[in-house]
Amino acid sequence: MLSILKGIWNVFLHTFQKRITVQYPDQKPYLAPRYRGRIILSRDPDGGERCVACNLCAVACPVSCIALQATEDEHGRRYPEFFRINFSRCIFCGFCEEACPTYAIQLTPDFEMAEFHRQNLVYEKEDLLINGPGKYPGYNFWNISGVQIGGKDKGRAAHEAAPVDVHSLLP
Amino acid sequence: MSGPYPMVSVLGILIVALTLAAGLIWLERRLLALWQDRYGPNRVGPFGLLQVVADGVKIFMKEDWIPPFADKPVFILAPAIIMVTVLMSYAVLPVAPGIIISDLNIGLLFILAMSSLGVYSVVLAGWSSNNKYALLGGLRAAAQMISYEVFMGLSLMGVVLMAGSFSLSAIVEAQQKIWFVVPQFLGFVLFLIAGLAEMRRTPFDLPEAESELVAGFHSEYSGMKFGMFFVGEYLGVTLISAMITVLFFGGWLGPVLPPVVWFLLKTFLFIAFFILVRAALPRPRFDQLMSWGWKVMLPLTLINLLITGAVVLSWS
Repeated sequence: MLSILKGIWNVFLHTFQKRITVQYPDQKPYLAPRYRGRIILSRDPDGGERCVACNLCAVACPVSCIALQATEDEHGRRYPEFFRINFSRCIFCGFCEEACPTYAIQLTPDFEMAEFHRQNLVYEKEDLLINGPGKYPGYNFWNISGVQIGGKDKGRAAHEAAPVDVHSLLP
Repeated sequence: MSGPYPMVSVLGILIVALTLAAGLIWLERRLLALWQDRYGPNRVGPFGLLQVVADGVKIFMKEDWIPPFADKPVFILAPAIIMVTVLMSYAVLPVAPGIIISDLNIGLLFILAMSSLGVYSVVLAGWSSNNKYALLGGLRAAAQMISYEVFMGLSLMGVVLMAGSFSLSAIVEAQQKIWFVVPQFLGFVLFLIAGLAEMRRTPFDLPEAESELVAGFHSEYSGMKFGMFFVGEYLGVTLISAMITVLFFGGWLGPVLPPVVWFLLKTFLFIAFFILVRAALPRPRFDQLMSWGWKVMLPLTLINLLITGAVVLSWS
């Protein structure tokens, strides 16, 4: 009986306590830099697309929400012809970001993507591409990969070492 | 008894009671939120006051669905009964001197009778829904009402003994010297508990028990029929609070402020207390509820009645 009265009194004391509600649309919550939200495709510091259409993100995706088609430009550089993420399926697990060998696909601290029509949740490449390098400002895949593309031989880029001449290793 | 224009009193009390009942939905949600460190509805209108209007519009627009397996006439009748019986009780409630629809000389018995009739609403709703959960809710309501009604009536007999009348305004007048809560404290506590049980409020909301019985007796109800049960419940809360005010806290009596304000203030305090109890206490098991009612509350009420009777006899 006494515990009942004590309980009522304790609940009453909550009148004077601070409310814990975050009034969301007026009061935005803090999102950590590594929050896994809306997915973007980033660009090199020199403005080229980072994505090399290797399909690793599409393979890693547990819900198969990424679809892309690889193609090559006149220099032999690979890029996606189309790149499509169906956000109505996406579970924001971040596996695509982990799988990406070129830091192209990244998750951002933004979750306000609500739409009235499901079809609008399918983002095309134009919707995904941003005009910057995202979380990795200085990174340029084609300057460190050592891959030969049109106009640049193997190991000739700024941060590449010249290829080893395997024949010179002979005794 | 009701002044020169009886219809004015009738309409006034009707409108005020129904507005209060609707406003109580908002009040309860805000107060529960306050005690759970939340905000509650605060978006629609100032302080979320128009939430009730929005809910009302929504509930009127809803499809008025009657399940094909239900007992149709009874299903429709049940929510009407609770509204009618609770509103009838307001007829004998003395708000202030002159503001009363009908000053029956057996007003107290009338209210007790009406609240007993109100149980039919719940039982019939549970029965006519033809649904096992609704039926269980109805059965629980019937058992709970029978056991709590007994000492609800008896706990008030002490007040009646002291006032020497069943008329509610005579009971208020008898409290000029001292509020009955002082000599009848046990009766007050017992009536408070019985009132909670009578209005099926948490912690005595076993007929609804949404964690066990879906929504209990009103599982199958939707639209405005569901709304009627809801409004009926809040009207009941207001009625019980007003009853406590009249019987134990001197009704409209009080210094400085006008009588109506005193009455509303005291009633509001008890409404807030009922909401606080809802925020604080869990629901007991059904057998605990029953054994508590019969084995603890009823003997206590009888003891209270005996002592009051003895004291009143020896004084007079």
